[in-house]
Amino acid sequence: MRFIECENITRIYGSGESAVQAVEGMSFGIDPGEFVAVMGESGSGKSTLLSILGAMNTPTQGRYRVDDIDVYALGPEQRADFRSEYLGFVFQSFHLIPYLSVLENVMLPLAAKALPRSGKKALAMEALSRMGMEKKAKRLPHEISGGEMERTAIARAIVNQPPILLADEPTGNLDSRNAKVVMELFGQLHQGGTTIIMVTHSAGCAQCAQRVLRVSDGRLANGEHLRLAAHG
Amino acid sequence: MNLSDIAFRNLLRRKSKAAFILAGLVVGVATVVAVISFTRTMTHDINTKLEKFGANILIVPRTDNLTLSYGGISLGGISFDVQPLRQSELQKISTIKNAANVAAIGPMVLGMVTIEAKPAAMAGIDFSVSHILKPWWRIEGQVPGADGLLAGSEAARILGLTLGQEVTVNGRPMQVAGLLAPSGSQDDQLIFASLTTAQEVLNKSGQISIVEVAALCHNCPVDDMVVQIAEKLPSAKVMAIQQVVKGRMETLAHFQRFSIGLSIVVVLIGGIVVLVTLMGSVKERTEEIGVFRAVGFRRSHVMRIIFLEAGAISLLAGLLGYALGAGGIWAGLHLFDAEATPSLHPDPLLFIGAIVLAMVVGLVASAYPAAMAARLDPNQALKTL
Repeated sequence: MRFIECENITRIYGSGESAVQAVEGMSFGIDPGEFVAVMGESGSGKSTLLSILGAMNTPTQGRYRVDDIDVYALGPEQRADFRSEYLGFVFQSFHLIPYLSVLENVMLPLAAKALPRSGKKALAMEALSRMGMEKKAKRLPHEISGGEMERTAIARAIVNQPPILLADEPTGNLDSRNAKVVMELFGQLHQGGTTIIMVTHSAGCAQCAQRVLRVSDGRLANGEHLRLAAHG
Repeated sequence: MNLSDIAFRNLLRRKSKAAFILAGLVVGVATVVAVISFTRTMTHDINTKLEKFGANILIVPRTDNLTLSYGGISLGGISFDVQPLRQSELQKISTIKNAANVAAIGPMVLGMVTIEAKPAAMAGIDFSVSHILKPWWRIEGQVPGADGLLAGSEAARILGLTLGQEVTVNGRPMQVAGLLAPSGSQDDQLIFASLTTAQEVLNKSGQISIVEVAALCHNCPVDDMVVQIAEKLPSAKVMAIQQVVKGRMETLAHFQRFSIGLSIVVVLIGGIVVLVTLMGSVKERTEEIGVFRAVGFRRSHVMRIIFLEAGAISLLAGLLGYALGAGGIWAGLHLFDAEATPSLHPDPLLFIGAIVLAMVVGLVASAYPAAMAARLDPNQALKTL
């Protein structure tokens, strides 16, 4: 049994003649602490795959298990709890809340948790400190640079200390210098034991990963399903 | 940071939308408060005027003929030939169920007398309760004693009576102790003496022609009291003087019904303003709500944020609506009805009611937008994923 298991995952949008098969029969596994890159052309299905891994897009067929939890067998509220406990998201366009400060954005995943305010703040400051952003904690998102926004987004993703980090084109909106900084941070998180699944177009970024899943026309192009079968 | 921080930060960020929702609710609440304040003030005003009216129940001997009016108000029938009321029977009035509401009982004997060879109508009354029964009286001179008279303004003019003048009434020497200022009532035509003196002069010892009763009228059950007195005095006809007041109260009730209808419409419009504005706000915040859901917020957490926002605005709307409604009515009444100077006191119940109304309307109207926000598919909300 692997930490993350996808078994024959299929996702079809629409129905009848207008049905679009975004993901077709994908099966693969990921071990704890592994750093996996997902690469593919635009429209190949990699973003759909990431949303399924993010417990936000119910597959039409197949099973997705994390830590022996059948994620899509959970109800909507339990799946929200699963996201809170297991997942951290880094979005391509950051998705920082514009009216909250950098610190408050990082505290966002803790907002609904029954922790004292001081405890939440300490956790957020620790995450910001790991990203080198502690001095800009009081700034609003529009007052910081793109690279800083990305680092804030990563701090928000790890403030819960989730075992899995999902990243969608984390360097897509960054220059090369900031992209390098972000990948170094991902490397540190990986060293710390976080399982990272990163969708990227960049071959350079993909080189930082231990393994690359290539997606083409909704299918895994590099026979990962065979490797999963071998593990089983 | 917790969910309420997110709600309040969002309100501060979207000030114009928050102000729009606030205005919709404030107008609704202020209208309701104004209508209730106005009708309450006017009802209180009418009740106060009714109390100032003095007597509001009349007891006369039961008869079928001879119409008489008193003080511009129909008294029904009075006949001096019918069996008069007995003064001793009046004690029974004190034994009715609502005796506590009786402020004063004023027996009166009426009859014709000759003053210095001129005919005049005399009324014998109990001067000790005249200040309650006839609060509009303005007396020049003194309240008469046993051999004194109090002359109505018209009677004094026609009979040529002056203050301190010695006169002979049915052969009995008496003195004009006081003169009544013109009141515009039947009292201007009468000569008043103490009840006992008048009974002696009129040779009607122990007899009563009319009894005036003043009931404490704010919320007093006058109609019930009329029935109770009639049961105690079966030979008398008991009437409530409240036709004019009833007319005014009916007009007020019509206005109240119309105003309540209008208020309901205004409150509904306020609710629709909240609903539409919050729905727009939720649509604007689709991406943000997607982030909330992605980082692990439950649907109930998202709903709580929307309800917190609506609740905060509603609370403020309740406070402002009460202040605006009550203040507006206070200012309006003083501006347009300065002579009446109706009293308007802060009403804690109305204040709480205004808050509750605003909260209920705000939260009910925000239920659908909150549910809509909670149902947002996080994957659809975050289109980039």
